[in-house]
Amino acid sequence: MDLSAISPVLLIASLMVSATPILLAAIGELVVEKSGVLNLGVEGMMITGAISGFAIAVETQNPLLGLVAAALAGAILSFIFGFLTQVLLSNQVATGLALTLFGLGFSSLIGKSYSGVKPPASARLDIPLLSDIPILGPVLFRHDLMVYVSVAIVAGVWIMLKFTRAGLVLRAVGENHDAAHALGYKVVRIRLLAIMFGGACAGLGGAYLSLIRVPQWTEGMTAGAGWIALALVVFASWKPWRVLLGAYLFGGVTVLQLNLQAAGLAIPVEYLSMSPYLITIIVLVIMSSDRNRTALNAPASLGRTFHASH
Amino acid sequence: MTGKRDPLLSVQGLTKAYPGVLANDDISFSVLPGEVHALLGENGAGKSTLVKMIYGLVHPDRGEMMLNGVPYAPAKPGDARLAGVAMVFQHFSLFDALSVAENISLGMEHPPRPADLSEQITRVSQAYGLPLDPDRLVGELSAGERQRVEIIRCLLQDPKLLIMDEPTSVLTPQEVGILFETLRKLSREGTAILYISHKLEEIRDLCDSATILRQGRVVATCDPREHSARELAELMVGEILQAPERTSANMGEVVLDVSGLSLPAPTHFGTALENIGFSLRAGEVLGIGGVAGNGQDELLASLSGETRTAPHCIRLDGRPIGNLGPNARRELGLLAAPEERLGHAAAPDMSLTENALLTGAIREKLVRNGVISWAGTRKFARRIIGEFDVRTPGPETPARALSGGNLQKFVIGREILQRPEVLVVNQPTWGVDASAAASIRQALLDLAQKGAAIIVISQDLDELMEISDTFAALAAGHLTKPRPAHGLTVEEIGLMLAGMTTEEAPHADA
Amino acid sequence: MLTLEKRAIPSRFWARSTPVLAVFMTMIAGGVLFALLGKPPFEAIRTIFWDPLFSEFAFYYRSQLLVKAGPLILIAIGLSLGFRAGIWNIGAEGQYIMGAIFGGAVGLAFYPAEGWYIFPLMVLAGAMGGILWAMIPAMLKTRFGTNEILVSLMLVYVAQNLLSSVSFGVLKNPQGFGFPGSRNLSDYPAAANLDLIEGTGFHWGGVAAILAVLAAWGLLSRHILGYQIQLSGQSPRAARFGGVEPNRLVWICMGISGGLAGLAGLFEVAGPAAQLTPDFNVGYGFTAIVVAFLGRLHPIGIVLAGFLLGLTEVGGGIAQQNLGLPAASIQAFQGMLLFFLLAMDVFSNYRLRWATTEVV
Repeated sequence: MDLSAISPVLLIASLMVSATPILLAAIGELVVEKSGVLNLGVEGMMITGAISGFAIAVETQNPLLGLVAAALAGAILSFIFGFLTQVLLSNQVATGLALTLFGLGFSSLIGKSYSGVKPPASARLDIPLLSDIPILGPVLFRHDLMVYVSVAIVAGVWIMLKFTRAGLVLRAVGENHDAAHALGYKVVRIRLLAIMFGGACAGLGGAYLSLIRVPQWTEGMTAGAGWIALALVVFASWKPWRVLLGAYLFGGVTVLQLNLQAAGLAIPVEYLSMSPYLITIIVLVIMSSDRNRTALNAPASLGRTFHASH
Repeated sequence: MTGKRDPLLSVQGLTKAYPGVLANDDISFSVLPGEVHALLGENGAGKSTLVKMIYGLVHPDRGEMMLNGVPYAPAKPGDARLAGVAMVFQHFSLFDALSVAENISLGMEHPPRPADLSEQITRVSQAYGLPLDPDRLVGELSAGERQRVEIIRCLLQDPKLLIMDEPTSVLTPQEVGILFETLRKLSREGTAILYISHKLEEIRDLCDSATILRQGRVVATCDPREHSARELAELMVGEILQAPERTSANMGEVVLDVSGLSLPAPTHFGTALENIGFSLRAGEVLGIGGVAGNGQDELLASLSGETRTAPHCIRLDGRPIGNLGPNARRELGLLAAPEERLGHAAAPDMSLTENALLTGAIREKLVRNGVISWAGTRKFARRIIGEFDVRTPGPETPARALSGGNLQKFVIGREILQRPEVLVVNQPTWGVDASAAASIRQALLDLAQKGAAIIVISQDLDELMEISDTFAALAAGHLTKPRPAHGLTVEEIGLMLAGMTTEEAPHADA
Repeated sequence: MLTLEKRAIPSRFWARSTPVLAVFMTMIAGGVLFALLGKPPFEAIRTIFWDPLFSEFAFYYRSQLLVKAGPLILIAIGLSLGFRAGIWNIGAEGQYIMGAIFGGAVGLAFYPAEGWYIFPLMVLAGAMGGILWAMIPAMLKTRFGTNEILVSLMLVYVAQNLLSSVSFGVLKNPQGFGFPGSRNLSDYPAAANLDLIEGTGFHWGGVAAILAVLAAWGLLSRHILGYQIQLSGQSPRAARFGGVEPNRLVWICMGISGGLAGLAGLFEVAGPAAQLTPDFNVGYGFTAIVVAFLGRLHPIGIVLAGFLLGLTEVGGGIAQQNLGLPAASIQAFQGMLLFFLLAMDVFSNYRLRWATTEVV
């Protein structure tokens, strides 16, 4: 065992990379849940994004186009969920599960010919000057574009929810859809938009995984990341910056256990690789045991079907 | 009618049908500027549908409206608001987890900047005697304060017509006084008010004219001050109602004894119960009044056994039962009927037979060794339907297909037929048509006559005065000492509802 | 404008015909999907839905049908009780794995002893493994209010890692030349779950499935517990008023579904799979969710749906060999099936109406 092989600077730098997929997926799901919809299909949308982005990037040799395609694919897939739950009033839990099953199957269906292929490399974005700062430079300012984009999305969502009218309306719809309807807001339309934003974010997260973090395509490569993103939203009590915090903590755990595996720690590999899931459970338990606080932040209409009868 | 001024709003031949029911049939009436105009009618007479059409929430099948002499057909509430029509809903369209200012902003077409809005809210709320803190969360407000949020939301838009749907059902008599002052002030300033109610005295007190609806049609338009409450009631109901009969109560031993009952609030926006105590004798009807949200649901849940307390807090025939669940209490003779018919007292998608099993399993012996006797259950459901005149195609009909009155008769009948020793009911006639309400009240009195003790929790003070032997008020989770209902004045009741008794000094929280 | 109007009574006609319609629409949509991917659509559909029953090699595939349908039905019956009560156990796959590990371990512990009692003990241990694994989300939900969907799902990944740990570790075959995986249980008569009727694929798992279907049917139609389960799912507040203890129901439903999933895992690992390997499980725990919904959470419906999805599993296997379709593509089919079913459910609860809104 050689723990000295683990460099703290590299560890912190790579935790940001490792956290980015779930950060993207979770911030998207946060917006969806704030509008009062529970989409359990994050895993399915992520993996669909992962393969769509990968395929387009390989075909066009342009990773940026791949990311755009992934966001589109995620949004389209989430629109199916939105149409079913919002227009055809289907059960959100069941529909979300169907989305995950479909995404997993669909991605492996179209992904078969892409396994073993190398995607075009994504440029690293070294921010001039800042990236030369010792320690902080490599940690914060020598990443690819998407790491910064993901943080920007978190900031954007925070500003939108807290300071804009659109955010207020979104929160109102999630809080009490009947009242929002009575005031003349288009509940279904607003929710569909939120769902598609969530889908696009999940798709981006998946593509980040297949194009940048890994980078290659393997079947079922999200390995529960979408579910962890769902747990992260609960952990964050539906607050954007807390999603960031949670994702980075989680990324840290993942990176650490991978480093420990590489360092040949005496703990069997399997126990290290199950640790992220166990930690997710523990975090969920801690968050949910403080019921009052969670209940106050949780959108009151979360998961309820809305049907305007009159 | 005066006829000198042009009407602000005139409605011609408005018709709206829902499957199986003609909610509004050829409705015509008009409202003058600055007039307080009553829309009077029973539950189900079509008042709500009518105002929803005026507010743009529902679109009429036929007919037309004019506002200020121009055709008016709002496609959505936003159009109505822009045209100067504002509405305060009966079930408030408010968001608990948002602040007062955010709630108000959501109801405006072009809200000002948050800082300006807060300043405007404070100013308007003071001008109309409705104090309100813009930064508080709406979920933490009392029912009366929540209504102020709705009213101020409307007033900030300087409406020409303000629609108020049953605004006093959630207010104490004192709060009603404040509201009426505000409405009169608005009326003097030229705002017309369309005031929906079924409370006759209120309308005679406040309104300049009244349009009376019955079964979706206009049956009369009149000046309510020129008619007696009885005349108005006959126009509204179409028949002369019998006041429930009651012979003088002969009360027996104490059967239910509650003491030191305290419970924390079940949810963030719920009400904590604090040191509730009373005792109830056989044959007694105890009326518990109070404004919505003062702990009614929580009190019922603690009596029905849905929430538990220490054993000695509740005693039935001297036996401590505070720690027993609903079915164990049923076995001992303590039955309950909650307020919310669909989803609490009955499962909406289940048949009446299945709903009969919900509370009848124990006392009617419908389950043996875990196996359900469906034949026995069906028989029990048929008995309820027969004896309580529940209008339904049969016991296999799902609960949600019944009208409010019929389902309520079923729910109350289900408990009464199980021969309770103590029966607790919450809002037994809420949203029920007048004839069903009368028969429910009569059934409760008959039950008391046979020696059962009854607790009626209600927000309808007239109802409580009509049937109670003793009266207590629930305010912010406290219960006042029960007093003989006979001879209580409106002022005394108002003080009790505000959490004060005449002997006591005023309470801090108002 | 088209609008939806809630029916007073859900339509029985639609409730029964939507599963059939959903299957047809899935075939059409699946065909289109295959065509877009450059696979022959008709051949693919025929391979999946027809060949297992009527092709040249159908005598072999038919027994496979029972092998696949058995565990699907067994797991789905358990899940359906929870789903009816609004308790979402999504982690049946994990409970299935744990049942296999527990039951398999008991069998391996006795090796090479012979005795009639060994197999029953394995069955018991299998059920216990599933129950214990399901008790974790149940405990966290009742004690802390933790969401059971996420916890039970996370535990699938944990179980998967445990499985690979024991296949490489304590339960590895000492005579296996270093390959991962346990001893072959089918070579160990006291522990083997062989076909009860040779060549039919009908083993003890099938017996368990039949018993589970009958018990669930009796429970839901005549027993107070079945009534309470349905009541809690439809109307939780009314259930509490009716004396149902929600926490008790969580324990019961999670316990039953976990136990049945554990049983399915044990029967699989002692029978068709024959040994514990890191990837002996093939996702029955997830497919069973589709089975439960497609069967309308009704025992009889679940039997029919179990056979249908068993068919697609067998057909998917054939398509994998003959047409080179990836194994997981059958999941795309199952996802689509669930989509169409949920989409068409709207017709049983709502009526489609052409709203006549005159502009006034």
